[in-house]
Amino acid sequence: MSDHKPTGITRWLFTTNHKDIGTLYLWFAFIMFLVGGAMAMVIRAELMEPGMQVVDPLFFNSMTTMHGLIMVFGAVMPAMVGFANWMVPMMIGAPDMALPRMNNWSFWILPFAGTMLVSTLFMEGGGPAFGWTFYAPLSTTFAPASTDFFIFAVHMLGFSSIMGAINIIATILNMRAPGMTLMKMPLFVWTWLITAFLLIAVMPVLAGAVTMMLTDRNFGTSFFDAAGGGDPVLFQHVFWFFGHPEVYIMILPAFGIVSQIIPTFARKQLFGYASMVYATAAIAFLSFIVWAHHMFTVGMPVAGELYFTYATVMIAVPTAVKVFNWTATMWKGSMTFETPMLWAVAFVFLFTIGGFTGLMMGVAPADFQYHDSYFIVAHFHYVLVTGAVFAIIAGIYYWIPKWTGNMYDERLGKIHFWWSTISVNVLFFPQHFLGLAGMPRRIPDYAVQFAEFNFMSSIGGFAFGAAQLLFLYIVIKCIRGGDKATDTVWENPEGLEWTIPSPAPYHTFETAPKVK
Amino acid sequence: MSASKIMKKLFSLLCAGLVLIPASVLADYELNLTPSVTQLGRDIYDLHMLILWIVTIVGIGVFAVIIYSLINHRKSKGAVAAQFHESATVEFVWTVIPFIILVAIAVPATKTLLAIEDTSNPDLTIKATGWQWKWEYEYLDSGVHFFSSLDKASNDARQMNSGTDPRTVPNYLLDVDKPIVVPVNKKIRILTTANDVIHAWWVPELAIKRDAIPGFINESWFKAEKTGTYRGQCAELCGKDHGFMPIVVNVVSEGEYNDWIAKQKKLAKASAASANKTWSKADLMKRGQEVYNAQCAACHQANGQGIPGVFPAIAGGKITTGPVKGHIDIVVKGKAGTAMQAFGAQLNAADLAAVITYERNAFGNKTGDVVQPSQISK
Ligand SMILES: [Cu+2]
Repeated sequence: MSDHKPTGITRWLFTTNHKDIGTLYLWFAFIMFLVGGAMAMVIRAELMEPGMQVVDPLFFNSMTTMHGLIMVFGAVMPAMVGFANWMVPMMIGAPDMALPRMNNWSFWILPFAGTMLVSTLFMEGGGPAFGWTFYAPLSTTFAPASTDFFIFAVHMLGFSSIMGAINIIATILNMRAPGMTLMKMPLFVWTWLITAFLLIAVMPVLAGAVTMMLTDRNFGTSFFDAAGGGDPVLFQHVFWFFGHPEVYIMILPAFGIVSQIIPTFARKQLFGYASMVYATAAIAFLSFIVWAHHMFTVGMPVAGELYFTYATVMIAVPTAVKVFNWTATMWKGSMTFETPMLWAVAFVFLFTIGGFTGLMMGVAPADFQYHDSYFIVAHFHYVLVTGAVFAIIAGIYYWIPKWTGNMYDERLGKIHFWWSTISVNVLFFPQHFLGLAGMPRRIPDYAVQFAEFNFMSSIGGFAFGAAQLLFLYIVIKCIRGGDKATDTVWENPEGLEWTIPSPAPYHTFETAPKVK
Repeated sequence: MSASKIMKKLFSLLCAGLVLIPASVLADYELNLTPSVTQLGRDIYDLHMLILWIVTIVGIGVFAVIIYSLINHRKSKGAVAAQFHESATVEFVWTVIPFIILVAIAVPATKTLLAIEDTSNPDLTIKATGWQWKWEYEYLDSGVHFFSSLDKASNDARQMNSGTDPRTVPNYLLDVDKPIVVPVNKKIRILTTANDVIHAWWVPELAIKRDAIPGFINESWFKAEKTGTYRGQCAELCGKDHGFMPIVVNVVSEGEYNDWIAKQKKLAKASAASANKTWSKADLMKRGQEVYNAQCAACHQANGQGIPGVFPAIAGGKITTGPVKGHIDIVVKGKAGTAMQAFGAQLNAADLAAVITYERNAFGNKTGDVVQPSQISK
């Protein structure tokens, strides 16, 4: 197979190749992960001791805001799209994505949007400092001038996500190899198909929310201003109608990755493939009808609070089905624990803890105490760090031999795993206690009874941050060399991606494979 | 040891075990939800414990199966993979069981929620208004009205590199200059709203957290069964000093409460009288500095330089060195849609006159103007 590709920078600027674009997405996500992680280090440094030592309160608020925005829109989502670009065509036996030029565009919007977002920190008045949820009116009439740049950046990120989603749906629905019926698709492909529909449904809602902010700020409208007949709570409804499905946009592909890895290393078929597909679809559906559980304290009518409580706790059912399925897959398997499997198993444990606290907060009267405390901070970091990020790291270790043709350093991979897993729990577990004891989130300083757990959390934070620099080293080392990977890489893994050579040639499946 | 104490010990052991730290080290720190002094708070606590035990037991069950499997079903032990998959019975059972558990949670949750939302027939109603970054309280039954901000000791200690160890400040960040006082064993209804952005009124021991939203009024209530001081904080991000607007509620006997109300009414009269006298410049400057540090310095900074692009400077400012009328106007009426509040509603005429005089003659401003309380038209 001949690779017609330009060399140097033009290869990357003009590429329409799904593998190149996947690589670009993954590197962009990694860089953003380190930038957002650096901001987390600033936050943990300020919170290490009571009193103000490192940054002023306004800058602290921009750090929590930008950390959240960058990790959600810059790191986790692009990383998942990177996996989709690399793996979806290879898993369904397609030569490339259905819309390769749009694919190039949807990636190249990202660096500009990301740069614009980060640049707000250097503008007069500082960057956005109203939390990643940017509640009005703090984000409208009371926000710094840089907020308009933030709004534009969110619009661009939305464009990119919608185009990426259209591309993934078009690819999956039109380009499957003969014999690859929907119910034969690998679970990762299924989770991304459903995620892509979520993206198309909710990114325009987010765009609507920020557009209303823009006109409130600059053109005299009062969508979110009670003094002009508007409603600040409307903002929260619109935001969370986007925001709750957004959580599943980040976690469903993670479910997919873990569902690929566990069967490989348990040497046993996924226990309930069909029920996993249905559970994914059920979670996606429920994600649209539970949004107001993020806002139990806004003063909803009691009927609303009851409805959102009942609907929210229902999510526990399909989520439990998933966890039981992974457990049953491991049960009576023949397991080995290479690095990807370690991360996947840790995912199952720690994501489940995040799911438990999620259930607790779904119950409105109890949530009146948990809401906006460190309990919720602990909860969503268990779901997003030890959930989504752990799955991303697991996926990198699992597929990087296929991408580079080299095995990663297994010893370093295991050190990275243990170091991260221990430190991440030291980082986030004490935050449950802080929240229950009454520490609000998003504060730069705290009463002294919270000092010990904050100190512990900061130590865990610095250790977890440092571990990710080791990950960077492991990835670079693997790209530059290492033991040659075989075509199947692992022992008898399932899936079309393992039928092609390692490293995967620039063009694959130019003739469609036959799927039995 | 009582059953509840044993449960508490067990729970802290469990938590401590999970963070890999001996329980003894953590014995002094609060690990669980703050216990409440209200019946509703205890109901919430029980609900919390019910769900916590359910998820703990389910968690231990699932994790035990996984751990057993991880230990025994590994290739290095010669395990051969079984080939079973898909079982309608198993899948039906593990879908239905969680559902039944959820119903078991939903029933007490519904009961508690209905009680929380029943704000009818209060003995006393207090309106709490969130401002950037303090609380305004209005006793609707007796007309007592005041502002409550972070106390001076905490405020000094929380400045960047203040040199004061927060550990030496009593109730650091959880104390205010003027707490609210309520009688014990009475149903107190709290109405929350806000003047600028969204805040939230949260006192963990009273088990209330309710958003304070500009343009809307929310209701919640508590009935404290024990006298004492209960502390909380603003729970909704409201800008720069969100972390520095605590809430303190003094629950006292009915007699003490009535005395306190009488005293507040007297203080209000005295404050009105101070507006009618003519002040010397030195007195105005002295009082103005106090008012400035308490009310203005959070935004315009202690040195009057403001923060470029966010809060305008007082030193050499267009308004503070321009006509007196414009200066009075903006301080009294504020500037809509910005953090500049209408201080006419917050300060009495003497304080307003003092702080305006101070701003016109401090930080290198040399207008020489003296503003008297009589010039402040509300
Ligand atoms: Cu506030």
